[in-house]
Amino acid sequence: MKPSTLKQILLITDGCSNRGEDPAAVAALANAQHITVNVIGILEEGHTEHSLSLDEVENIAKAGGGVSQLIYKQALTETVQMVTKQAMTQTIEGVVNRELKQILGPGNTLDDLPPEKRGDVLEVVEEISETANLEVLILVDTSASMHHKLPVVKEALIDLSISMNARLGNNKFAILGFPGKRDPAVKVMEWTERLENVSSVFPKLATGGVTPTGPALREAIHEFSRQSLPKRTDGISEYEEFGS
Amino acid sequence: MKNSAADLHAGIRLTGKWHNGNYPLIRKLGSGAIGTVYLTKRNGVDAALKISEKRTSMTMEMNVLQSLKKVQGHFLGPCLFDTDDYVSPSGQLYTFYVMEYIQGSRLDTYIKAKGVEWLPVLLLSLLEDLDYLHQAGWVFGDLKLDNLVVSENPVRLRWVDVGGTTQLGRAIKEYTEFYDRGHWGMGSRKAEPTYDLFALAMTALEIMNGGRFPKGDTPKSTIRKALSRADKLRPILEKALSGKYTTATAMKQDLVKHLMKNKAPASAATPSRVAKSNRRKAGLGECVVLSFYGIACYVLYLLQ
Repeated sequence: MKPSTLKQILLITDGCSNRGEDPAAVAALANAQHITVNVIGILEEGHTEHSLSLDEVENIAKAGGGVSQLIYKQALTETVQMVTKQAMTQTIEGVVNRELKQILGPGNTLDDLPPEKRGDVLEVVEEISETANLEVLILVDTSASMHHKLPVVKEALIDLSISMNARLGNNKFAILGFPGKRDPAVKVMEWTERLENVSSVFPKLATGGVTPTGPALREAIHEFSRQSLPKRTDGISEYEEFGS
Repeated sequence: MKNSAADLHAGIRLTGKWHNGNYPLIRKLGSGAIGTVYLTKRNGVDAALKISEKRTSMTMEMNVLQSLKKVQGHFLGPCLFDTDDYVSPSGQLYTFYVMEYIQGSRLDTYIKAKGVEWLPVLLLSLLEDLDYLHQAGWVFGDLKLDNLVVSENPVRLRWVDVGGTTQLGRAIKEYTEFYDRGHWGMGSRKAEPTYDLFALAMTALEIMNGGRFPKGDTPKSTIRKALSRADKLRPILEKALSGKYTTATAMKQDLVKHLMKNKAPASAATPSRVAKSNRRKAGLGECVVLSFYGIACYVLYLLQ
């Protein structure tokens, strides 16, 4: 089986978007280009879900074919890697399900297989998610209210790198912060295999400004086409070739 | 997920969609990140039934249990009886499996009741199982207090949840921060025997420190402090934490030495001779000697 590449955007935010286009629509655009959008919403201490729109977080992830989670900042570390892994499995399962339908006809999804057979299929899913190459663009909200949460975000990203680097497949990470001074988003860290370097870039992050989540997501999509990887031809990711 | 409380509760019976097994949910035994475990009956015998709507994770767990079955000349993980789906009256699809019900007490409760000298003795049996598991190509992964049970007759420390069990060389599937060497900055999250031994040492530290402790700003000195309460086990735990034991057997060997040195009544003449020959490199004979050794010190503990 060929190594495949999974592309994800991980949006970490603590507020509602208040500038520019609808982030859910941009997320749908990403998904159409085989980029999964995951969203983690950080709740303010002592607040409940009112401080952050649960709907928006859910809608962006749903439109982006990804996973969403609302949490307090203490849970960020485990959530970041859980969401990343879950989204990988989900994407691969989606592809496998489509293949199954093609081979066995409509109405044949994983749910329609008895547990023993399903186990065999999921073993393949697991195999792919262990060996697939992964590209994660981390989009961090740096509006004023995020200021005291950034150290936790940094910790969580270092931890994500520990988890992902234990896999057999290769990883690439890049970080965008939003809003930028002039642009909706600004690149904080170039594509790299070592997310540990994040320690050196985080202190440079300026906080403040509005929350243009939609336009920032659009920047994130562009970032994928801008980076040059060997064997890349167009926007279609290679995992589509699974099974062929 | 929202319906699961209404759909599933003690008192109902459920029938499998594929194999038509019929199981009563007698009592809730516990619940975790993946699912809920109920006490059930299978052919009139107590069994444990784990059920969840998280199909993927559940299926992966079944895969692990299925593979462990093949190396089950030895007690590796609970025995798997049945795997199936359940469609609730509300239409929600659940996946469940039925496994051996391992009855026993929590390790910390057991140690509190019986005394801390039981800890190394119980660790011996677990290290033996871990070695079998590693040799079969698996790493347990999520080794922690909550996943361990002291079963009686014979007294043995056993694991009950294989959710984190990962193929050697891959990324650990599931872990708990406190027991994870990556979290402490003391190693990777690759599935290696050393990963399990780190987690096992942390479990011992947890018990001897009366609970988990936070990482703090300097994780290594936090661990050093915790180790200072480990008394005589300290050098062994220290080696396990720093990855110096590459196999579970190596750690077990040191534990046995420690145990024999610790309590050496006159009758222990034979084992001490064994201890000397043990230092020489031996192959299969070593295993035999070791198990004899284990039994001997175990008996000594029972008699004291």
